[in-house]
Amino acid sequence: MENADQNADRSEDQKKDMPEKPEPLPIAKADAVEGTEAKLETVVADPAPADPAEETEEPVLVRAAYEHPLAIRITHWVNAISLFVMVASGLRIFRAFPSFGPKIPEKVLLDIPKSLTLGGWLGGALQWHFTFMWFFAASGVVYVAYQVISGHFRTMLFTSRDMAGVWPMARHYFFLGSKPPAKGQYNPLQKLAYTSTIGFGLLSLLTGIVLFKPAQFSWLAFLFGGFHLTRVWHFAAMCGFLAFIPGHLFMVLLHGWSNFFSMLSGWKREPEYQE
Amino acid sequence: MITRLEDKDLKRQSRRQLLKLAPVAALGAFAFPKVSDRLVAAGVRFSDWASGGLFRSQHLAQTFSNSEVVPFEKFPYNGYDVLDPEVDLEKWTLTVEGDVRHPGEYKLAQIQALPKLSQNTRHVCVEGWDVVGSFGGTRISEFLTLVGANSGARFLEVECADDYYESIDMASALHPQSLLCYEMYGQPLDRKHGAPLRLQMPTKLGYKQAKYLDTLRVTNVLKPGKTGYWEDQGYSWFGGL
Repeated sequence: MENADQNADRSEDQKKDMPEKPEPLPIAKADAVEGTEAKLETVVADPAPADPAEETEEPVLVRAAYEHPLAIRITHWVNAISLFVMVASGLRIFRAFPSFGPKIPEKVLLDIPKSLTLGGWLGGALQWHFTFMWFFAASGVVYVAYQVISGHFRTMLFTSRDMAGVWPMARHYFFLGSKPPAKGQYNPLQKLAYTSTIGFGLLSLLTGIVLFKPAQFSWLAFLFGGFHLTRVWHFAAMCGFLAFIPGHLFMVLLHGWSNFFSMLSGWKREPEYQE
Repeated sequence: MITRLEDKDLKRQSRRQLLKLAPVAALGAFAFPKVSDRLVAAGVRFSDWASGGLFRSQHLAQTFSNSEVVPFEKFPYNGYDVLDPEVDLEKWTLTVEGDVRHPGEYKLAQIQALPKLSQNTRHVCVEGWDVVGSFGGTRISEFLTLVGANSGARFLEVECADDYYESIDMASALHPQSLLCYEMYGQPLDRKHGAPLRLQMPTKLGYKQAKYLDTLRVTNVLKPGKTGYWEDQGYSWFGGL
């Protein structure tokens, strides 16, 4: 019975680490587990110790998934930092001419509080913008290239098959429906959100190139409807990111430490999907 | 893909993968103002270097028809200090010095005797606004030929009657649309727009278009901290479009 006590202690320890998901328990406690987790029992209990000397090293297996390869994690964090800098300095740049209309007469479209901006003055903000645009662009290009080449994009790319799943998921998040069963790493709404950010990133990059070098890339300016409209698109791309970020951060908060930590370590403990 | 592994293995793997992310923490250097000031200045220098590479010396900036030009009243007056430094237009000469065969004082008439180019081009301000205006003058390249400038020199420096100063790369100065501008909208430059002579380069941002020109110097060396009024405070030196 000493053995059983030890198991009980261990599972207590593990519960401290992950308060939300009970650890799969050894078979001796099968009656304490229910539902889908019971199916895991056979696997977990498999390497039962034969030799009493090895009792203390009895392995308890944990379900885990290596969700985020290193390239994705690096580009995610470099991009997150760059995006913060680009938005904050971009808003300071916008303050210098807060309009999309003519210079004369100039109308203030949006008075952005200085405290939300970075750089102190236009020149300082431009320095931040011109520095982090390279990090932003590089992280985006590497991210997309890695997704495509590795095939990893299949976990996150929103396709027409995900269309039907968006609404039920959205309903669930607004407490209007039960949670649809998890099929893969990401649900349809997540796929839509993540795929959109690639669109926002591409739009901000291309319009940014035009605003940086309108004469050299006049053909690209033409595609966006001219220099003037390009500035509107550039702003719109930022609005896209600003729409994504609060929802993204809220979901990260909602899903707890283990989920957040997976974007740092790559490993997700006890993922909720089964594949 | 789900795997099953021992808790201590998962922890070890997680730790190892976490450490691999450590280089990203280097970006934290930007959180310290003393360091970040230098880093972002370096970022601008890198952007300027890339801009120089992207610049195509024969690629023309877009030109516009007369109907697309904003009315003269809607072309903003912009100055860093005073809009009219009270240049004595009668006695005005342009001092030419540096790496040229014929340094000295040049009268406006000598500049106007060179072939004249009129163009409707976009003037883009670093603040984000732009106006399409009508400009007339002589190509900087023609004037540099007149004064016998060393075509291999790297920079053109200008000083202005309002103590503004600028420097530009020779490739941009020699661009076929880069003007020593003495006319706007078919009229002689007015005082607030930089009479009698200003730079007008549709491949450069507005702050590069120095007004009330006083001195023009061809050189291979720029004095650090004296490359341009705004540049010395942090604007991009290349300032190219």
